[in-house]
Amino acid sequence: MFDNEELKRIKKQHKEWEENVVEPTVKRFPERKEKFKTSSSQEIKKTYTPLDIEGLEYVNDLAFPGMPPYTRGIQPTMYRGKLWTMRQYAGFGTAEESNERFHYLMSQGQTGLSVAFDLPTQIGYDSDDSMAEGEVGRVGVAIDSLDDMETLFRGIPLDRVSTSMTINSTAAILLSMYIALAEKQGVSPDKLKGTIQNDILKEYIARGTYIFPPKPSMKIITDIFEYCSKHLPGFNTISISGYHIREAGANAVQEIAFTLADGIAYVEAAIDAGLDPNVFGKRLSFFFNAHNNFFEEIAKFRAARRLWARIMKERFKVKNNKALRLRFHTQTGGSTLTAQQPLNNIARVAYQALAAVLGGTQSLHTNSYDEALGLPTEESVTAALRTQQIIAYETGVADTVDPLGGSYFIEKLTSDIEKKVMEYLSKIDDLGGMVKAIEKGYIQKEILNTAYEYQLNVENQKEIVVGVNKFQTDEDAEKEILEFDPEIEDRQKEKLKTLKKNRDQNAVKETLEKLKKAAKEEDNIMPYVLDAVKHYATVGEISSALRDVFGEYTEAIIL
Amino acid sequence: MENKLKVLVAKPGLDGHDRGAKIVAMALRDAGMEVIYTGLRQSPEEIVKAASQENVDIIGLSILSGAHLKLCERIQKLMKESDIEDKPVLIGGIIPAKDVEKLKEMGIQEVFGPGVPLKEIVEKVKEAVK
Repeated sequence: MFDNEELKRIKKQHKEWEENVVEPTVKRFPERKEKFKTSSSQEIKKTYTPLDIEGLEYVNDLAFPGMPPYTRGIQPTMYRGKLWTMRQYAGFGTAEESNERFHYLMSQGQTGLSVAFDLPTQIGYDSDDSMAEGEVGRVGVAIDSLDDMETLFRGIPLDRVSTSMTINSTAAILLSMYIALAEKQGVSPDKLKGTIQNDILKEYIARGTYIFPPKPSMKIITDIFEYCSKHLPGFNTISISGYHIREAGANAVQEIAFTLADGIAYVEAAIDAGLDPNVFGKRLSFFFNAHNNFFEEIAKFRAARRLWARIMKERFKVKNNKALRLRFHTQTGGSTLTAQQPLNNIARVAYQALAAVLGGTQSLHTNSYDEALGLPTEESVTAALRTQQIIAYETGVADTVDPLGGSYFIEKLTSDIEKKVMEYLSKIDDLGGMVKAIEKGYIQKEILNTAYEYQLNVENQKEIVVGVNKFQTDEDAEKEILEFDPEIEDRQKEKLKTLKKNRDQNAVKETLEKLKKAAKEEDNIMPYVLDAVKHYATVGEISSALRDVFGEYTEAIIL
Repeated sequence: MENKLKVLVAKPGLDGHDRGAKIVAMALRDAGMEVIYTGLRQSPEEIVKAASQENVDIIGLSILSGAHLKLCERIQKLMKESDIEDKPVLIGGIIPAKDVEKLKEMGIQEVFGPGVPLKEIVEKVKEAVK
């Protein structure tokens, strides 16, 4: 991007600056640290110049927004056209409580829904299962059947909202319930907009809500891809998630590397199943974390876009530009929140959210300041949403596309992250692909090592966490948190009992038998799951029918 | 020579957040203890069985899903039935302040919230078995 004469002059001045200006200064006033590093241990220099990005080619490597490799953004006008979707992840208790929270969030200007399910729903147990004891309605809403889904979306027309569902092993079931509910509202499936997470690989790595072994799990995912490409063209069939990988302790480079490696595994599986990446590639979406190291995070998002466009184009020979675009949701970093001095978290979240916006996110969840203590209150959720609105409407950062593009530092970081990610990807290829790398425990071990090292650095104050290992204050223990109603579990169990009494048992049994047969014969299971949920078969019943056929995954213990 | 302390680190319930449990397990191991880590999704029955079969000195639980009261109650009950209620039980996770008292009344020796230094956890584990 620079001519040789100019580069020569810069080189000359750089040398003079180092020798005559920097050196005497540092002698008198040493720098704060011997080495400055990003979260991924990349060393940060005093300053960056054209010399750091002399090999960068504008048209090939950056290009204009909305043009491949999309480094500067996936749309030509980005937030000048439409702001990102403000989407707060919510759900707790029974469908009634969560429905109320949804209506509240929408009345406050939230523009998309995002459903948190409780663990039994995510792992395929009904609320009356012994495995579900104590967990019902805790980390999300309890959904046992279509009946609960009807309550959850009461008063919300599904053709007018986009809904993201954090659901993986049981994604086929919850998506089927959503389709069945739409039908009851008179909304045809092709009008539905939203996302299911449906990313099983990161569950084995980091999040833990797996049910089946990798092979049948991958089969279910490609079933969903196929079904949706025919019937739900507006739905994102997967949200390939780095978020939880990062929360488990990965650094920024590992987050991108392992997420894109998961993405590659899904694309390969779908191609093997006979699907066209030019078609299903358009409906792949991603989900990243926004942590504290501000510039590294921004560069991370840009690098991810460039890498994915090149992977799709070069590795999978994709011709349709729309299938090259890495579209992503961002959530601010849960593990960066502190239980100590919780109000400090508002500032952390604001910087993280700003990084996501400067990195070109399509939608954003900002964490509430009290989430290291418990579920967020209405007040804290509102403050989190307002943080996004302040960035959108007051700061002016949304008024031009990729405002940091061309910064020597940002471009250098972007290229460095890209390079490091590619090293990981080729290592994973050498191990035989992502599924093998996970089964061998390689990915888990890499993440754990980073997490442990970080923790030791916090202990010896190489990493500062304000309010935790520096600037501590004496705090009175009692902090206001959302009270959890212990009656919720009983209420949900009661509801389930009534449902089971009132539905057509024979029809349920029959649809479950048909589903099992389809699973055994490796048919696409989606139509059979849909049929079962329409007859009010429960999440637990459908999951255990599939458990009978597919078996269960046992975790490789990595320590 | 003093015998190595033997610790069971367990994840009861359905919660999949294992970063904390694994890091504490690594720190205890680096402090010279023998650590058995159960992995995810262990029922109270499985945990108590492992504790008694492995004859551990102490049990560490990690729960971030909010299910701690029910799970701990059940674990304590099963420990009594297996005659191992004298083994100290420590817990870490997202535990609301008012549940800390309840857990202690139940017989849980220590409750660690977010941000507790590893050094402190190692010390408390050593003290607990004294």
